[in-house]
Amino acid sequence: MQLTDERLEIAIGRMLQTGVLLAAAVVLIGGVMYLLRAPAGPRLDYSHFHGVAESLRTPGGIWHGLLHGDAESVIQLGLLLLIATPVFRVIVALVGFAVERDQLYVWVSAIVLAVLLYSLWHIG
Amino acid sequence: MTGLGGGVVIVPLLTLLFHVDIRYAIGASLVSVIATSSGAAAAYVREGYSNIRIGMFLEIATTLGAIFGAYLTARVSTQAIGIVFGLVLLYSAAASFKKKHTMEGTSRSGKLAEMLRLRGEFPHSTGHEEYVAQRVPAGFGLMFTAGTLSGLLGIGSGAVKVLAMDQAMGLPFKVSTTTSNFMIGVTAAASAGIYLSRGYISPGLAMPVMLGVLAGSLTGAKILVHANVRTLRLVFALVIVALGIEMIVNSVMGRL
Repeated sequence: MQLTDERLEIAIGRMLQTGVLLAAAVVLIGGVMYLLRAPAGPRLDYSHFHGVAESLRTPGGIWHGLLHGDAESVIQLGLLLLIATPVFRVIVALVGFAVERDQLYVWVSAIVLAVLLYSLWHIG
Repeated sequence: MTGLGGGVVIVPLLTLLFHVDIRYAIGASLVSVIATSSGAAAAYVREGYSNIRIGMFLEIATTLGAIFGAYLTARVSTQAIGIVFGLVLLYSAAASFKKKHTMEGTSRSGKLAEMLRLRGEFPHSTGHEEYVAQRVPAGFGLMFTAGTLSGLLGIGSGAVKVLAMDQAMGLPFKVSTTTSNFMIGVTAAASAGIYLSRGYISPGLAMPVMLGVLAGSLTGAKILVHANVRTLRLVFALVIVALGIEMIVNSVMGRL
C-alpha cells in the first residue's frame, strides 16, 4: 500500500506542476497580447473598486471573449486553468484512493470535491 | 523557505504602495497563492514528508472555512479586512520565530485519529519514524479558521495551518509544513471561484502578479540555498511587522 501511496503522490505532484506551467503559459500569452494592444489612454484605475466586466467573470463570457481574440479573456482562461489545477488534484487523489480500495478516503475526497464544486458553481 | 508565503507581502504591497483597492489586491494575491503552492508541491512530494490522507481530511475544514471567508469579504468593510490583515501579519512574524519543536513521547492518540487513520511515517536519518495525529477536533477547528482567513484575506495562511498540525495535532514539523503547502492550493481554489464571479480577479492586475510571483519563487528557491536563513528570516519578519502596523494604522485612519 505504501508503494501505491508514494506513486500516487508523485503523480499528483507532477500533475500540479504541469497545470501551473500550462496556466502560466496561457497567462503569459494573454499578457503579451494585452500589452501590445493596450489602449494609449490613462492607465487603468485600480484604486476604486467597481469589479471587472461581467464578461470576465464567467466561463461562458470568457469563452465568448476568446473567440473575439480578447487579451483579457486569454488571461482569465489561464487563471481559470490555474484554479482548476487543485480541483483536478483532488479528483486524481479520489481515483487513487478508489484504486487502493480505501473507501473512507474516497468519501473524504468526495466531500472536499463537493465543497470545491459548490464554490465553482458561483462562476457558472 | 521562511515558512511565510508570498500572499502576506502581495496584499500590503499592492494596497499601501500602489493604492490598489484591497479587493483587487486580495483577488490577485489568491491567484498567485495557488500558483506557488501547486508549483512547489512537486518538489515537496519528492521529499516524502507530506501526508496526503491527513491533508485531504483537513481540507474539508479549510475549504469550508475558505467559502465562509469569501462570503465574509463581501459583507465586512475594507477597513475591517485591513485590520484583520495587519493582525495576521504580526502573528505570522511572531510565528516564524517560534522554536520548531515537536512534542515527544505523547503517543496517546484519540479514537478519531485511529478511525481516520491519521498516521504516517517519514524518512529519518535512522530509518523511518512513525507518528500519529492527536487532538483531531482542535486541529480541525484551527484549520477551519485558517481557511476562513485564507478566503477573507486572499492569503495561504500557512502559518495557521502549520500551527494546527505542528502544535495542536502534534505532527512532526517537516510533515506539517509540507502538508500545509499541499493544502494551500486546494483551500485557495475554494474561494477563488467566488472571487472570480464577484469580479475581484482583474486580468490586468493578476497577470503581472502571478507571473512575477511564480518566476520569483522558482529563482528564489535557488538563491535561498546560499543565503543565511537566520538573517533572512529576521529581515523578513521586520518587514512583515512594519507592513502589519501600517495596514492597521491605515485601516483605522480610513485610508484603505
